[in-house]
Amino acid sequence: MSYVGDVAALARKDLLLELRGRETVPAMVVFAVGALVVFRFALPGEQSEAAKGLLWVAILFTALLALTRAFAAERDQGLLDALVLAPCDRSAIWLAKAVATIAFLVLVEVFALAAFWLFFGGLGVAALAAVALADVGLCAAGVLLAAMAVGGRARELLLPVLFLPVALPVLVGGVGATVTDDPARYLGFLALYDAVFAILAWAGFEYVVTE
Amino acid sequence: MIRARALSKRFGTRVALAGLDLDVPRGGFLLVTGRNGSGKTTLLRLLAGLAAPTGGALEVATERARVGFLAHEPLLYRQLTAVENLDLYARLYRVAERRERIGMLLERFDLWDARHDPVGTFSRGMLQRLALCRTLLHEPELLLLDEPFNALDVEGATLLDRELEAARGERTLVVATHDPDRLAVPATARLRLA
Repeated sequence: MSYVGDVAALARKDLLLELRGRETVPAMVVFAVGALVVFRFALPGEQSEAAKGLLWVAILFTALLALTRAFAAERDQGLLDALVLAPCDRSAIWLAKAVATIAFLVLVEVFALAAFWLFFGGLGVAALAAVALADVGLCAAGVLLAAMAVGGRARELLLPVLFLPVALPVLVGGVGATVTDDPARYLGFLALYDAVFAILAWAGFEYVVTE
Repeated sequence: MIRARALSKRFGTRVALAGLDLDVPRGGFLLVTGRNGSGKTTLLRLLAGLAAPTGGALEVATERARVGFLAHEPLLYRQLTAVENLDLYARLYRVAERRERIGMLLERFDLWDARHDPVGTFSRGMLQRLALCRTLLHEPELLLLDEPFNALDVEGATLLDRELEAARGERTLVVATHDPDRLAVPATARLRLA
């Protein structure tokens, strides 16, 4: 079986686990929509520009929620050893986790963006493209950091501490693409971020999960 | 097959293994005994490639795809069924005719009737049997078994003895246990860790 086959088998496993457990996605939906409800009441009057910035805060923290759970099954049941021992390329583990996490995030964003439209108005095509690019970057970098955190003693604290500084450029690019009249350079910046972190995570994952 | 010289492993200031010399030929059967905390699991993790030595030299002359490792934990996803778990590993290990192989192992370890049940509903003994199926799935050349009799009933222990008997001479076996009397198959070498 090819590298793509390994990724497919591992991603399918993660999707099945979520389908059976229904632990992560419902919590993410409640969190994302709940945050937007809070923002709706926190922002008096017409504040759609400020709301666009807060949408990105909601996306960032929802992604963090997904990443906190990304290796939950492996952590609780010692399963990372089994995956590391398997003869597939270790980067396939990272890619499969990233694909599954992106799928969860996209699903949640369907609800979150609908809620945003309801509370604050619609978003342009550039903003939706920025959300899609941000999902890739957040998950590419975030899954690597989640794997680093999973072996640590204070793992619940370690992931946010590592993730937020790394995710900051995504916030800058996302907000920029959403509020400016010329979003192209921000979308380009997000695409560059995705490429850099995807390559770094793909190449570095093996060293994170092995001694 | 396995050659270690002055092998040592430390975790911070704690010494788990110190100055271990070891030779296990291809087809050999090494029985590792010792009290809790004597380094049996650490040795098996080193042999599996899951940990790196902090001193000495270790050579395991087999590729990762040909190692079967039975750990303390069953290394199975509790939310997935027995078949789904074995199918995942069979795909990752590129097992030929995986459905037939999975079916054969489940029947051999008397888990066929529970094949579509989530592993989380299994008893500890059933989990250990399924973990053995996972370990043997890809017909490994090197079998590393950490306390394999844990939670097995008499019937399960007999099944395991039968597997060990069949593997003896054909595969290289390293079995770590604190209770060597349960092993019916004679080892070719013994190592007692202090």
